[in-house]
Amino acid sequence: MTHAATVHSLWTTAAAAPDKIPSPDIEYGQLSPTLIVLGAAIVGVLIEAFLPRRQRYAAQLFVSVVALAAAFAAVIGLAAGDYGTSKARVAAMGAIAVDGPALFLQGTILLVALVAVFTFAERRLDPVAHGNRVDSFAAQAAAVPGGDAEKAAVKAGFTTTEVFPLVLFAVGGMLVFPSANDLLTLFVALEVFSLPLYVLCALARRHRMLSQEAAVKYFLLGAFSSAFLLFGIALLYGYAGTVTYAGIADVVDGQVRNVTPALAGTMGNDALLLIGGAMVLMGLLFKIGAVPFHMWTPDVYQGAPTPVTGFMAAATKVAAFGALLRLLYVVLPGLRWDWRPVMWGVAIVTMLGGAIVAVTQTDVKRLLAYSSIAHAGFILAGVIATTPEGISSVLFYLAAYSFVTLGAFAVVTLVRDAGGEATHLSKWAGLGRRSPLVAAVFAVFLLAFAGIPLTSGFAGKFAVFKAAADGGAGALVVIGVISSAIAAFFYIRVIVLMFFSEPRTDGPSVAVPSPLTSSAIAIGVAVTLVLGVAPQYFLDLASQAGVFVR
Amino acid sequence: MNPVNYLYLAALLFTIGAAGVVIRRNAIVLFMCVELMLNACNLAFVTFSRLHGNLDGQIIAFFTMVVAAAEVVVGLAIIVTVFRSRHSASVDDASLMKL
Repeated sequence: MTHAATVHSLWTTAAAAPDKIPSPDIEYGQLSPTLIVLGAAIVGVLIEAFLPRRQRYAAQLFVSVVALAAAFAAVIGLAAGDYGTSKARVAAMGAIAVDGPALFLQGTILLVALVAVFTFAERRLDPVAHGNRVDSFAAQAAAVPGGDAEKAAVKAGFTTTEVFPLVLFAVGGMLVFPSANDLLTLFVALEVFSLPLYVLCALARRHRMLSQEAAVKYFLLGAFSSAFLLFGIALLYGYAGTVTYAGIADVVDGQVRNVTPALAGTMGNDALLLIGGAMVLMGLLFKIGAVPFHMWTPDVYQGAPTPVTGFMAAATKVAAFGALLRLLYVVLPGLRWDWRPVMWGVAIVTMLGGAIVAVTQTDVKRLLAYSSIAHAGFILAGVIATTPEGISSVLFYLAAYSFVTLGAFAVVTLVRDAGGEATHLSKWAGLGRRSPLVAAVFAVFLLAFAGIPLTSGFAGKFAVFKAAADGGAGALVVIGVISSAIAAFFYIRVIVLMFFSEPRTDGPSVAVPSPLTSSAIAIGVAVTLVLGVAPQYFLDLASQAGVFVR
Repeated sequence: MNPVNYLYLAALLFTIGAAGVVIRRNAIVLFMCVELMLNACNLAFVTFSRLHGNLDGQIIAFFTMVVAAAEVVVGLAIIVTVFRSRHSASVDDASLMKL
């Protein structure tokens, strides 16, 4: 009996009242975008299992496109039903927030994924192998590069159609990530979108060793960073006794109703809160690719298949910034005098570091990787504003930036020589004379990256820097403008290289893409110009969406 | 025993894991160190759960185990693929890409 008395009351009470567990109340309608995408991903897995190889490509492409379009329609429906503004709420037993920022970012991610799926499905760029049209993914990912199994797979015309369900699973995780309303959902969503991306990175058809190296680096560093995120969650849970965002925010603000003795003890322990918050931030900043957690970015962007790089660069950033915004604005606003100086430092080194190192790059994909790091710094400047304008400017910047990135990487897939994509910058010399249209399109994207007026990059940068200046981060804006100038130097250098130098005799050729990639690039250009020339409607949309539910 | 001691143990295990990731060079060992870090998180969750007298932490520990298992599937697949094409699992050999 004495032994039984030492059993914690936790288990005895739980065993005595099993009928008191309430059945969960799930708002399926409000979660429909995520559910549609994940359901389609499972259908994709079934297609892989049951359809013959010849029919899989068309079926997978159809399912992916329909699912992403349907999910986007569901987001629009929710937004039209005022779920982004007056009816914003917390759904799924407090796990998922359905509010303006969540819907705006989900819509952006879905559109980005839809365009990315077009580039995934492209089959006209690689030369026809043994009478089969092939895409940019390995014939058989498990086969050793250069081995007999790979030759047999190429000869048989195998293609990796698994990329479509993988990308849908990743999108499903990304949809949950910015709308997660407790730390457990945040962690699970992070893993759900990261794991498919690790696999996708390893699937390149050309330069397979490089691609596998990128995957192993991304995986090991990604798992390392998510372990930090998880330990941070453990510490925050220890501090507040709960993992819901609102619950932690209440404890941080000291507004909690019934303080148990245990909570009274841990609440006073600021070390738990500060270290936990810092570790969760670290995990998110890794996904964003902010200095000093950016080491993986250039290698992974260079090694991964270019369509995957484009998707990853655009969509991961949108999802991760959404989660970061929610964490800083909903969970830790009471701590902002502690995190603001840190984020100041991170933003400054990210902007300057990304821009300065990019100047020395000689590979287009690495150049774009460092430019994405610099852009992460610019967006962080908007995050630091801690004002409603900060939220809406970040939302706008993310939408603008993701389409520019996607378009730029789609153009990179077109410039090819015998070894596949010609990514070395020296090979791009004189491209403007040989293929003026492709070079002009790439120039538009580069000008948008640089933030030249009449492109979406200018509108986004202006909104972010204005929000940061109004939010009392004037010095940050000055540094941001300086690093924009440094960044403009290397973007302009590429344009000069393309248009004002002699073409090389052994230079690359520009492949003629199918309507899939053409439309992806066209959408990128259209969004870039529309958001640049007439940004007001979208800025209004972002500012309407810029209120978090709690 | 004072539950706080388990927190010190969790922090110690996490530090050992993190140090291992930084110091060791074999991809499999690196991966084992990451798993050690995740298990340290689990210990912390369960201890805090006991401390606060609610079940959230124990539930989260189960989620962590599932996620860790999923990570093993993906991670080992990638590491084995790299090993088969390079005949080495050392992360120092994987250096085709440099600044």
